Amino acid sequence: MEHVPILKIGDVLLVSIQVDLQDQTVLALQEDLADRIVAAGAHGVIIDITAVDIVDSFIGRMFATIAAMSRLMDAETVVVGMRPAVAITLVELGLSLGGVRTALDLEEGMRLLGAGAAAAVAGAP
Amino acid sequence: MTTPPGDGRSGGGTPGEEVPIASNDDVVRVRQLVRTAAAAAGLSLVDQTKIVTAASELARNTYAHGGGGTMRVEQAAGERGRRGVRVVFTDAGPGIADVERALGEGWTSGAGLGLGLSGARRLSDEFDLRSEPGKGTTVTVAKWGR
Amino acid sequence: MTDGSDDTSITELLGSWREPVLDRWIELVGESVRGRITERELRSELTELYGLVERALAGDDTAAGELRATLAEISRGRARQGFSATETAVGVFALKQSLYEQVRKTRGQRAYSELIDFSSYVDELGLATFETYASAREQVIADQAEQLLELSTPVVKVWDGVLGVPLVGTLDSARTQVVMETLLQTLVDTRSRFAVIDITGVAAVDTEVAQHLMRTVMAARLMGTHCVISGIRPQIAQTIVTLGIEFGDIVTKSSLADALAYVLERSGLCVVPSTASCGGTTQHAPRNGLEA
Repeated sequence: MEHVPILKIGDVLLVSIQVDLQDQTVLALQEDLADRIVAAGAHGVIIDITAVDIVDSFIGRMFATIAAMSRLMDAETVVVGMRPAVAITLVELGLSLGGVRTALDLEEGMRLLGAGAAAAVAGAP
Repeated sequence: MTTPPGDGRSGGGTPGEEVPIASNDDVVRVRQLVRTAAAAAGLSLVDQTKIVTAASELARNTYAHGGGGTMRVEQAAGERGRRGVRVVFTDAGPGIADVERALGEGWTSGAGLGLGLSGARRLSDEFDLRSEPGKGTTVTVAKWGR
Repeated sequence: MTDGSDDTSITELLGSWREPVLDRWIELVGESVRGRITERELRSELTELYGLVERALAGDDTAAGELRATLAEISRGRARQGFSATETAVGVFALKQSLYEQVRKTRGQRAYSELIDFSSYVDELGLATFETYASAREQVIADQAEQLLELSTPVVKVWDGVLGVPLVGTLDSARTQVVMETLLQTLVDTRSRFAVIDITGVAAVDTEVAQHLMRTVMAARLMGTHCVISGIRPQIAQTIVTLGIEFGDIVTKSSLADALAYVLERSGLCVVPSTASCGGTTQHAPRNGLEA
């Protein structure tokens, strides 16, 4: 079974999915991420799915789980790069990915997380 | 690891051939085979994605709930000569006692979201489910070009 | 020229009366298509057909096949050039009249009796012509519908990062789906974060179309973009409520201007008169004088 690599950029963890996801890989990624968020003290997680050509309910559920899990550990998750065909299919499948933030691409995702962090700093006493 | 059939055929399977679903890897392989067939049938990218997603849900059901089984994908012709693909999943598992309920939103027999069957039905143009408790389940889905 | 004695067959007559029958045929067809095909064109077409009819009636199977192919070719051409079905069919049926006139003049007994068979043969050819004509017209209509679909679903850039989709006319399920896919792909291609779907020019919305629109908005959201629907006219608003369609938390604005203002504000821009100054922080200042 393959492990999806997790990169660290500043306080953001970046997961770029480049393989056809097998269910075990998905479950392993969830666990790996949970460990890394704590270990790295990350404040954001970006899952880049630009290369992913199908997202079924199992993979979709992973996004929601990771988002909920990372939120508990004070990190925000953004899913970036979802293809139009995948988005249309997910909607028809009945999956709305509630609670998961999304952005057009990696750059937008970084901006989204950066803006959040900046606002938090500005709002601090 | 995914092992392509050693017969040297491109695409990893002849149309109409039965492909076993006995592991998580096979679910990934089903997606690839259905994708190849859907593209060959001239389906649009969106329609390809829909039928591949439906097949992925059903393949997982076959493996997880049916205790494994087989998948067959074939080119087919729909109404008014529209080209498309048809995918048939068969297992010899416990079967589904209440088909109507199984097709309902949110019904689940396991840890899933319960979108498998109902979602696959929404994503395809043709959906047929036959199940006999104790004997097994056969699900057929098809998608036609526009 | 054969004198048309009692035992002359139709096939023989077609040969011996070639000139008068063919001339009269061309004349009759010429009357019906008046001026839209040159006499020369018509003559060459009908001369070819005449020859084929002769050979087909004499039992030449190759000629019979060729005859049908040529007829199909001609009817397709007529359909595309906008001739009516009658005009196209008359082109074939007129041969009957032309020959009948000739037979009547000469009163050959055998020819008379064979006229019925000949007539039904020509009718058959006429029907085949009509069928080809009809399917050619259907093709023309299908092609036009497709062109219309492409023409009527433009996705335009209204601002940096803002796309607009002005929808006009009747929205059916197929067209809405095309809009949806084109819009989402263009969002990716242009890296736009916002889109406004304006349905001011849409006559009616049914459940299916409303659902397609909602799915577009939801899919856009999954891609990390934001989609606003504008121009919902009172009747359409009523339909949506009556049909019980939940628009949920989808942002709708009554006019395109409102939607644009909303989207610009959301993207951190503000539009002010050129004399005033902008209160907010503006990162992407437009270059055309809208900003002080």
